[in-house]
Amino acid sequence: MNARIKNTPGGYGWGAIILHWIIAVLFIGLFALGLAMTRVTSQRISFEMIQLHKSIGFLLLGLVVLRIAWRLGNVVPPLPPQTGQLERHAAPLAHFALYLFQLALPLSGWALVSTSVLAIPSMPFGLFIMPNLPLGMSASAEGFWLNVHVYLAYAGMALVAMHLAAALRHQFWLRDGVLVRMFAPSFHEGRREVE
Amino acid sequence: MPARALGFAAVAALCMLVLPASAAVSLSTAAGRYAISQNGSSIRFSIANVGGGSLNGAFAHFTGTIRIDNRDVTRSAVSITIFPESVATGESRIDAFLRSDAVFDTANERSLEFRSTSVQRTSGTTALIAGRLTARGKTFPEKFTAELSGLKSGRIEFHVTGRVLRSRYGMDVGTPIYSNVVVFDMTLTGRRG
Repeated sequence: MNARIKNTPGGYGWGAIILHWIIAVLFIGLFALGLAMTRVTSQRISFEMIQLHKSIGFLLLGLVVLRIAWRLGNVVPPLPPQTGQLERHAAPLAHFALYLFQLALPLSGWALVSTSVLAIPSMPFGLFIMPNLPLGMSASAEGFWLNVHVYLAYAGMALVAMHLAAALRHQFWLRDGVLVRMFAPSFHEGRREVE
Repeated sequence: MPARALGFAAVAALCMLVLPASAAVSLSTAAGRYAISQNGSSIRFSIANVGGGSLNGAFAHFTGTIRIDNRDVTRSAVSITIFPESVATGESRIDAFLRSDAVFDTANERSLEFRSTSVQRTSGTTALIAGRLTARGKTFPEKFTAELSGLKSGRIEFHVTGRVLRSRYGMDVGTPIYSNVVVFDMTLTGRRG
């Protein structure tokens, strides 16, 4: 059972798989919510959506910290032997960049709400008060962090699109089982046994 | 020595008895009809937030009358009309939010109305004013405390405070981050007319 939760040299365990997919849904969902909340005409709905965006952002930050700790405490299953040299070098860099964006996006959002002159307190899911980062409130600081947050969001989504394209290439072009090993440990183990 | 001390005590006691009556203005001497003037008046409000801060604002435009009955203060009446389009918090984005359909909906609702239904005198200069507040088409009973703070040559000034639950009027947006209680702090200056 332990082997199925933790990664093995043969594939990802449930811990990494579950964190990967929860974070994928939250990360892409936050981008969609961010687009919608700034475009909706009703200010009331917009306010509620922004508070939900903040709540999910703080949840994402916590999960990403957990995920990075999990990654550092687990072996990383190697790429299939037939993987090209370019991808062998590019994939770890892309994964590192993805982790970096997963951290930088919620942190820049936290900086944005901390510096905002609107001074709206953060109360994730209405459960507790999240203190602001020790940054001074000012219109210029708020504008700066808003730009950082927005540009990071678009760049992060471009990176996600690249990651998705690479995964689909593995699945439908190379047919090497790289995507399938992120669905469940047994899928991959079963495939290895068949091979 | 005891006799001198007694003398001081007697003077002090006399001062305490006389001074409040002569220094404070009395509701009973303020009888008349007054038009609330924006000049010298302010209607401020404050909504606490969970972070320990508060959202503070004021209405710049309002109108109203205060009528103080000569024989029976309890038959006095107050009416105030506030124009929420004039709300100002010092931050234009918050003002726009308050004017939107999230709060006052000023495109469809032009005014907030308060009409007193009873005035209960609580001291020589204070009264409890009960009335009906109408906002966004909803009317509920509310109470405010008024203290007569100035009366001079046809000009009267009250300090009025009260607490209103905004959820009753369909303005509960932002709770629980922002309190449901709106604390009003008003200075109402009326000119006899």
